[in-house]
Amino acid sequence: MPKTLAEKVYEAHLVRSTAGEPDLLYIDLHLVHEVTSPQAFDGLRAAGRTVRRPDLTMATEDHNVPTLDILAPIADPISRAQVEALRRNAAEFGVRLAPMGDRDQGIVHVIGPQLGLTQPGMTIVCGDSHTSTHGAFGALAFGIGTSEVEHVLATQTLPQYAPKQMAVTVDGELPPGVSAKDIILAVIAEIGTGGGQGHVIEYRGSAIEALSMEARMTICNMSIEAGAKAGLIAPDATTFAYLEGRPHAPHGADWDAAVEYWSTLRTDEGAVFDREVHLDAATLTPYVTWGTNPGQGLPISASVPDPAEFADEGDRVAAEQALAYMGLTAGTPLSEIKVDTVFLGSCTNGRIEDLRVAAELLRGRHVDPDTRMLVVPGSVQVKAQAEAEGLDRVFLDAGAEWRGAGCSMCLGMNPDQLKPGERSASTSNRNFQGRQGKGGRTHLVSPAVAAATAVTGHLTAPAALETAGV
Amino acid sequence: MDAFITHTGTAVPLKRTNVDTDQIIPAEYLKRITRTGFEDGLFVAWRTNEPDFVLNQPQYAGASVLVAGPDFGTGSSREHAVWALLDGGFRAVISSRFADIFRNNSTKSGLLTVLLPQADVEALWAAVEADPTTQVTVDLQAKQVTYRDVTVPFEIDDYTRWRLLEGLDDVGLTERHLDDISRYESARPAWLPAALPSRSPA
Ligand code: SF4
Repeated sequence: MPKTLAEKVYEAHLVRSTAGEPDLLYIDLHLVHEVTSPQAFDGLRAAGRTVRRPDLTMATEDHNVPTLDILAPIADPISRAQVEALRRNAAEFGVRLAPMGDRDQGIVHVIGPQLGLTQPGMTIVCGDSHTSTHGAFGALAFGIGTSEVEHVLATQTLPQYAPKQMAVTVDGELPPGVSAKDIILAVIAEIGTGGGQGHVIEYRGSAIEALSMEARMTICNMSIEAGAKAGLIAPDATTFAYLEGRPHAPHGADWDAAVEYWSTLRTDEGAVFDREVHLDAATLTPYVTWGTNPGQGLPISASVPDPAEFADEGDRVAAEQALAYMGLTAGTPLSEIKVDTVFLGSCTNGRIEDLRVAAELLRGRHVDPDTRMLVVPGSVQVKAQAEAEGLDRVFLDAGAEWRGAGCSMCLGMNPDQLKPGERSASTSNRNFQGRQGKGGRTHLVSPAVAAATAVTGHLTAPAALETAGV
Repeated sequence: MDAFITHTGTAVPLKRTNVDTDQIIPAEYLKRITRTGFEDGLFVAWRTNEPDFVLNQPQYAGASVLVAGPDFGTGSSREHAVWALLDGGFRAVISSRFADIFRNNSTKSGLLTVLLPQADVEALWAAVEADPTTQVTVDLQAKQVTYRDVTVPFEIDDYTRWRLLEGLDDVGLTERHLDDISRYESARPAWLPAALPSRSPA
């Protein structure tokens, strides 16, 4: 029977499959961070268990870390205690950890691919919903809860039911100034935050194939925002070129064997998806969100919608609540919304390409005097590379802040937070109420829109920057 | 984990869609390294900023069944959302659609998530609003929700139901299959990556 890519990867990891019970799935790589792991390690200790495969486990510090003075002890005692717990647990159980200050430290979903630990055809889990990012390599990668973290630590497996299959096909050519972030925001606006529930999404089509690895990661990252268990893209020459020479990628004869296997990882002709969605890349424009969930997005040329125009009552009430929280009035053109803060970073858009795109737009321009811009590389290595390319100078000359690596303003767990009522344009993935700090208001955007917005102080498409002559 | 067989209590109507895990418990509460004591973070922004929020209304005090709008628990993988609901006194959540990770997490800690059609959820909202003392029974043994003279059946897979009824934790169950795991491991290709030893240049 013809199979989808996700089915192939799933089936290749079956340790056990018995009717009436969940399948037992082998996990090739378990990524760990400080927030969702302490209770799992406690559970192991309480039961007298060990980590079955420390060699297939990799930990980093990201959510709590300050992005200034990263070598000083964390000032917040509760954050510090959580990071220290991870250090103790990693040492006690023999798990490799990239602590603050380490050259491999960074956001968990940035460092896996960067080290070459993320490879096609693998199963990858992490106590973090954006684990879907790693699907960009053709891996089956998904987020798990703390009880499951404990389960994987103890057994290197997870009980699972086979997910349903969904295809999102994006054909055609993206117009200039439109990026992977706009594709995924458009997909979520189309299918809704619950549209992918129970499914793995395979992104395919000529527009997806044309994307770089970093852009593919941006798309797969936000699969969870569409409710999907995971998102993946078939590996191809772009994938192999990205991996070759990375520290943990195979080499020599192993490389050849790996590439031979990876090349089989494609959805078979005639494989059946439970659901299919099609999008024409040529019709896409830069997207922004206006509400408090990632499905509440529109082209930047549109206006804040009128809740009365939503047919479904739940959507109407949700839109009313969102506008009240966001302090927005129906009918206001999105491009007139002023922001206080621009955040460029996160596991969605904190990679070198994202920084390059933004720097290109900021070169020779200046951040609006009433707006602050935070640029936060996704990892220590992204930071080093950006500095080697002189991007830090571009950001600093434009009046932006250049920070250390971490999750930063993506979530209100470290010192980088919005104040109540403050509004941001953010390249992260969630615009939930209070996500970036209590009372903060978030508009999700691409790196290019973030840079253009920083220059004008209001939500701005990159193309508008040229026309406005700023 | 505690077994779940049947539970009877009053209910609270949370008539909102897309209740994400940042609303159930915001990130700042996730810095703790314990597994209990999260009740102070449960819906804290809404409880603080909205005097009319249902959980602030005295008639719903002590409710143990949360009846929510569709797409409950979207967002992050934080199991703290489940712990916070349990710590806040809830034993069951009813909705027409749950986010996958939230639903999965709930089955690990003995919080029952019950999937009912939206029409049944709305009927339950109406009944509870009309009389907040309405006793709602969520019966996992019989796979049904009952209140007053209404009985609504719900679906749940047999395996998860068995685990919840018995209060069994997964690690112990999986450890019965260690031989299968070892056999699988011995057949894995040697070129698959390992984080150890570190291959990063110093
Ligand atoms: S950058 Fe944001 S979404 Fe990504 S792992 Fe960190 S907190 Fe989560």
